[in-house]
Amino acid sequence: MLATRIIPCLDCDLGVPGGRVVKGIEFKQIRYAGIPWELAEKYYHDGADEIVFLDITASHERRETMVEVIKKTSESVFVPLAVGGGIKNVEEARAAFNAGADKVAVNTAALQRPELISEIAERYGSQACVVAIDAKRRFGDGAGKELVITPEGQCWFECSFYGGRKFTGLDAIAWARKAEQLGAGEILLTSMDRDGTYDGFDIPLTGAVAGMLRIPVIASGGCASPDHMREVFHKTKAAAALAASIFHFDEWTVEEIKRYLKQNGINVRI
Amino acid sequence: MIAIVDYGMGNLFSIYNATMHVGGSPQVIQEPAALREADGIIVPGVGAFGKCMEHLARFREGLFQALEQGTPLLGICIGLQVLFEESEESPGASGLGWIKGRVVRLPEGVMIPQMGWNGLFIRRQVDILDGIELGDMFYFVHSYHCVPEDESLVAATTEHGADVTAVVARDNLCATQFHPEKSGEKGLRILENFVRSTRC
Repeated sequence: MLATRIIPCLDCDLGVPGGRVVKGIEFKQIRYAGIPWELAEKYYHDGADEIVFLDITASHERRETMVEVIKKTSESVFVPLAVGGGIKNVEEARAAFNAGADKVAVNTAALQRPELISEIAERYGSQACVVAIDAKRRFGDGAGKELVITPEGQCWFECSFYGGRKFTGLDAIAWARKAEQLGAGEILLTSMDRDGTYDGFDIPLTGAVAGMLRIPVIASGGCASPDHMREVFHKTKAAAALAASIFHFDEWTVEEIKRYLKQNGINVRI
Repeated sequence: MIAIVDYGMGNLFSIYNATMHVGGSPQVIQEPAALREADGIIVPGVGAFGKCMEHLARFREGLFQALEQGTPLLGICIGLQVLFEESEESPGASGLGWIKGRVVRLPEGVMIPQMGWNGLFIRRQVDILDGIELGDMFYFVHSYHCVPEDESLVAATTEHGADVTAVVARDNLCATQFHPEKSGEKGLRILENFVRSTRC
């Protein structure tokens, strides 16, 4: 039986030489956390099942820096590496794969041109194409949208792009379904309401998307404790859980989290 | 020197780095002639069976000769599947056929592709599995799996809707369905075992 995966995410500011890992709170305030490949190597040795790098900068030099980060990381990290943030086309995806990435995550560019998902999947295989979705709860008028019941009331989820700075009006749940049809191998589903809040994963959102798709869903946003991970695996069909701050600031190690999950009957790789 | 066969199907960075990491001397080779100097050969694999065979065709004879001479050969993922005669993925395409049997689609009702970490059931203790125990997890990414006619060639399986061939071994030929270069320390152990076998 496949194990559930624990994935540390490194949000990278590539505007400085070599890049640095940062963490935002609700997509805004930024804290500095470390050097990308050093953190990746630490997480690898702690038992991370996969590492995700997200480029949160928007400078021109960043491509080369990201390639350097991946190359350097793949010298000493022997689990799958995924890279996302600002990947616009197959050429940019290719640069990431050639540097040693196993998967790319696309977001804004796929919303603007959904065929990009098929193009990457056809060239590199579905398993190499992750579609990242940033979703925000919208209460009130949800005519024509897929509605989800939450403890705070019924809502729909709006898809955001440009790193949470703009909204599309698009239904995130409908978009996830379409991404799967276009050939996405995985959905990285981030709750914008929970990201950086330490309130735990958005269970209704994750449950709705993971319950509907055949491809794996990675839950993201809000994780602050091993119990948040346990909750998302017990209450939804999420295949993996992604977190950032909880690992960066030495609150918990990957190993401690996995041991806790195992004690609670969740199949993890130890 | 351990030859990593580059037949143009994708990045060999990870397998190169991992082989280096466990003390091997990898060299990515584009020409079949280079196989003659190899102490060991790795056939990595990405992409579809048919495409893979198309690109691998020019290495076929060189690989066969090396195998006959006793050079250790390790196939990975599609590099395992192409050892078989044919695959449901690419009807009409012939595999290398060095192992009798077929490659069939994973059963309906499970996640396809199987993507992620799964545990091994060890059927037979072979050198490549030295230090590997029941339940150790490895990273799999595949939609098809190998069914050899001679089941005794299977050294380990994993469970994904069916017993799935994870490792085959016969004399100097071995191959894994999972990616040892992406399977953490246990995966490195397998590569280390392979590197060691090239020095005998």
